[in-house]
Amino acid sequence: MDITVNILLTIATAATPLLIAAIGELVVERSGVLNLGVEGMMIMGAVGGFGAGYLTGSPWIGLLAAIIVGALFSLLFAVMTLSLATNQVATGLSLTLLGLGLSGMIGTSFVGQPGVRLPNLDIPGLSSIPVVGKLIFGQDPLFYLSIALTAAVMWFLFKTRTGLTLRSIGDSHSSAHALGIKVIRYRYLAVIFGGACAGLAGGHLSLVYTPQWVENMSAGRGWIALALVVFASWRPWRVLAGAYIFGAVWIGQLHAQAFGIPVPSQFLSSLPYLATIVVLVLISRNKRLTMMNTPASLGQPFVPDR
Amino acid sequence: MSANHDRANLLEVRGLTKIFGTLTACNHIDLNIARGEIHALLGENGAGKSTLVKMLFGSLEPNSGEIFWDGEAVRITSPGVAKKLGIGMVFQHFSLFEALTAAENIALSLNDGSPISTIAAKARALSYSYGLPLDPESLVGDLSVGERQRIEIIRCLLQTPQLIILDEPTSVLTPQEADKLFETLERLRSEGKSILYISHRLEEVKRICDRATVLRHGKVVGHCNPRQETAASLARMMVGNEVKAVVRAPAEGIETAPALLEIRGLTRKPATPFAIPLKNINLSVRAGEVIGIAGVAGNGQGEFFESVSGEVLQQDAGSVRIRGKDAGALSITGRRLMGAAFVPEERLGHGAAPRMRLSENLLLSRHATDGKSFVGSGGMVKNGSVYSAAQRIIATMDVRKSAPDPEAAALSGGNLQKFIVGRELDRKPSVMVVNQPTWGVDAGAAAHIRQALIELARSGSAVLVISQDLDELFELSDAIAVMHNGELSAPLPIAEATFEKIGLLMGGAEPGHAEHTMETA
Repeated sequence: MDITVNILLTIATAATPLLIAAIGELVVERSGVLNLGVEGMMIMGAVGGFGAGYLTGSPWIGLLAAIIVGALFSLLFAVMTLSLATNQVATGLSLTLLGLGLSGMIGTSFVGQPGVRLPNLDIPGLSSIPVVGKLIFGQDPLFYLSIALTAAVMWFLFKTRTGLTLRSIGDSHSSAHALGIKVIRYRYLAVIFGGACAGLAGGHLSLVYTPQWVENMSAGRGWIALALVVFASWRPWRVLAGAYIFGAVWIGQLHAQAFGIPVPSQFLSSLPYLATIVVLVLISRNKRLTMMNTPASLGQPFVPDR
Repeated sequence: MSANHDRANLLEVRGLTKIFGTLTACNHIDLNIARGEIHALLGENGAGKSTLVKMLFGSLEPNSGEIFWDGEAVRITSPGVAKKLGIGMVFQHFSLFEALTAAENIALSLNDGSPISTIAAKARALSYSYGLPLDPESLVGDLSVGERQRIEIIRCLLQTPQLIILDEPTSVLTPQEADKLFETLERLRSEGKSILYISHRLEEVKRICDRATVLRHGKVVGHCNPRQETAASLARMMVGNEVKAVVRAPAEGIETAPALLEIRGLTRKPATPFAIPLKNINLSVRAGEVIGIAGVAGNGQGEFFESVSGEVLQQDAGSVRIRGKDAGALSITGRRLMGAAFVPEERLGHGAAPRMRLSENLLLSRHATDGKSFVGSGGMVKNGSVYSAAQRIIATMDVRKSAPDPEAAALSGGNLQKFIVGRELDRKPSVMVVNQPTWGVDAGAAAHIRQALIELARSGSAVLVISQDLDELFELSDAIAVMHNGELSAPLPIAEATFEKIGLLMGGAEPGHAEHTMETA
C-alpha cells in the first residue's frame, strides 16, 4: 500500500512542473504567439529560484524569484517578437539557448551547494489519514497550485470576456485589431504570464523536485510542455491529462528498469513520449474540435498598418 | 472652428490625404454626408475608397486633412473612437472570428460587459425585427457568406450608430439576398440614419443611393445624383474614359463540336472541417464555347477548381477528361501537357510567386509544356527566349509596368492578372479553366481579359470560367451553371438565363421548383 502511495506521489511531483509550464504556454499560444523559449525560461526560473532560496534561506522567496526571473526573461521575448516583430520561432529558439547558457554561468557557484526545499502541506489530523491523507493533504504546495491554475485558466479562457478577447486575438489578430482590440497589449500580458509560469515550473525543479542546482536540470521538460500544448489541442484539461500520463509512464518505466525487466532501457525511456503522444492523438481525433481550438494566427507576427 | 460647417451634415471631410511611400492613396478628399441619406462612394479598385473609409473608421491615420462630426472637428485615432462617435462599419473582407459563435463575435465588439446570453437574446430580437434571421449560437465557420454579413450588420446595429459604412456589401450576395439588404438599408434611412455605401456596381447605386461621390486615382472627380445619371455616365466618371464593351460573337456549330473538357461524377470528401464536399458533378465544355459557373463564395468553387486543375488528384481517373482522355489521376503538369491551362483565384502566392520576375513566373508555369523553347540541352534555361516570350505576353495583353521585367508583386492587381491570363492564352490552350478572372481588376483590364477569353473560345477552345460576378458571367458565357453547397446545376443557355433564375439557384432552390419555392418563402 505504501509503495502505491509513494508511486502516486512521485507521479504527481513529476507531472506538476510540466503542467505549470504547459498551462502558461497554452495561454501564450491561445493569444497567437508561439514561444519556443519555454525550456530557457524554465531553467532561468530554476537557477533564479535556487539562488534566491540559497542566499536567503527561504524557499518562498526562492519561489517568488523564480516567477519574477521567468517573467522578466519572457519580457525579452515579448519586446523582440511583439514590438520589433521578429520571427517568433527563431527568437524562441534563441531564448532557450540563451537561458541554458546564462543559467549555467550564473549557477557555477551554486553547484554542489545544499538547497532549501519547499515543505509539504501538513494539516494536523488530515495529513496523517492512511493512504488519502498523504495524497490529498500532504503534497507540496505547487501541486495544489498547478491544479488550481488549470481550473482558473479554463474558467478564464472560456467563461470570461477577457478570455474570449484573448482567444479572438489568437484566431485572427487583424480582425481583432479592426474591432479596436489592443492586440499587442494582450499578447504582452499573455507572454509574461507564460514566462511567469515557466519560471515557476523551473522553481519547482530546484526547490521541490531536487532541491539543488545542476546545470541543464530542466532536461528537456520545457520541450515536453510545448509538445503537450499542441497534442492537447490547446485545451487545459487535456494538458492536465497529458502531463499526468507522461508523469505516470515516466515513473512506471523507472520502476520497470529498476526491476530489471528484459527490455532495452532505451525503449523504456522512450515510452513516456510515445504513450503521451498516442493518448493525446486519440483524444483529439475529432478534427472539427481540433480545428476550432487551434489558434489560427499562431506564430504570425502582427504589424498594424497605420 | 469656423461657422460655415453646416450642422445639417452629419459628417464632413476636408482635404483628407493619406500617403503610402510614393503612392498618394487619398489626395485632398472632400466629402459631406447628410443625416438620413444613403451616400455612395464610387470608384474603381485602387481609387482610394478603402483607404478613405479606413481613415473614417480610425484604422488608418490621415497625413493631413480634417474630419468634422456633427459640426465639431474630431480626430478618429482608433476604431474605438469611431464607435464612440457613432460610426459603425460592415467590412468587405469579413472581420469575424471563424472559431467563435455568432454571439461571441458580437459580444467582442460591444465591450459592455453584459453576459453572452443577454447579448445573444438582443441580437436575435434585433435580427428578426430587421428580417435578417440569425442564430446566435451557430459557429461562424459553418455559416455562408450571406449569413456572416448578417452578423456584421447586426453587430453594427447593436451599437446604435448614426453613420453606417458598408464596404462592397453585395459582392458576396445572391441577387435575392442583395434585395433583402436594400430593404434593410431603406428602413435604416427612414429611421434617420446615414449610410456610406461603397460599391462599383452602378445599377445598385442608381437604385438606392441619394447622392454619390466619385473617386479616381485618389482624387474626388465629381459629386452627382446617381438617379439622374446613366450607368454609362457613372462608369465614365469612375474610369475617366469610355469602357469598351465586350463583344460576344455568336457561337456557331457548338452542338456538334466535340467536348474538350468533361467532368463525370466528380465527388470529393471535405479535406478540412470547413471545406465543402463536392457531390457528383457532371459538366462538359465543348470546343468553341464559354461555360460560366456562378455561385456565392464558399460553395465548393475552390474545391472544384483544385480538382479540375490537378492540384488535388481524383481517385477515379475518368472523373476529369481532357480532349477525350482520362486525366483525373494526372498532376497539373500532366494535364497541362494534354493541352489544358489553369488560372487560379489568388494572383499573388498562387497564380504568381510575388518576389520573382514576370519572366521567371512564366518559366515556372510553362517549363514543362514549353520545354523545347525554354530549356536547352543539359537542363540550362534559355533566358533570352523566356524573356522575349514574357515581353510578347506583356505587349499582347497591354500589361503596364514600371520596369522591363519587374517582380510580380510590383504590378497592380489588374496588370498582374492580365499577365497571368495572358501567360496561359499565349500557349493557345485547347481547354482553359479560370477562377475569378477579373476579381479586383479595374473595368478597362477586366474588359480586355473577358474579350480575350471569348476570342480563345471562338478560335476552337473550351473555356470554363468560375466567377462570383454575375455581370461578368452574363457578359461572356454561352451557358451558366450554378454551384451551390458542392452541387452543380445543369448549365442554363444564356438566352434562357435571367438574374432571377440564376439568383434562385445560387440560393439553393431546385431548378424546376423555383416558382414553388417563391410561394412558400
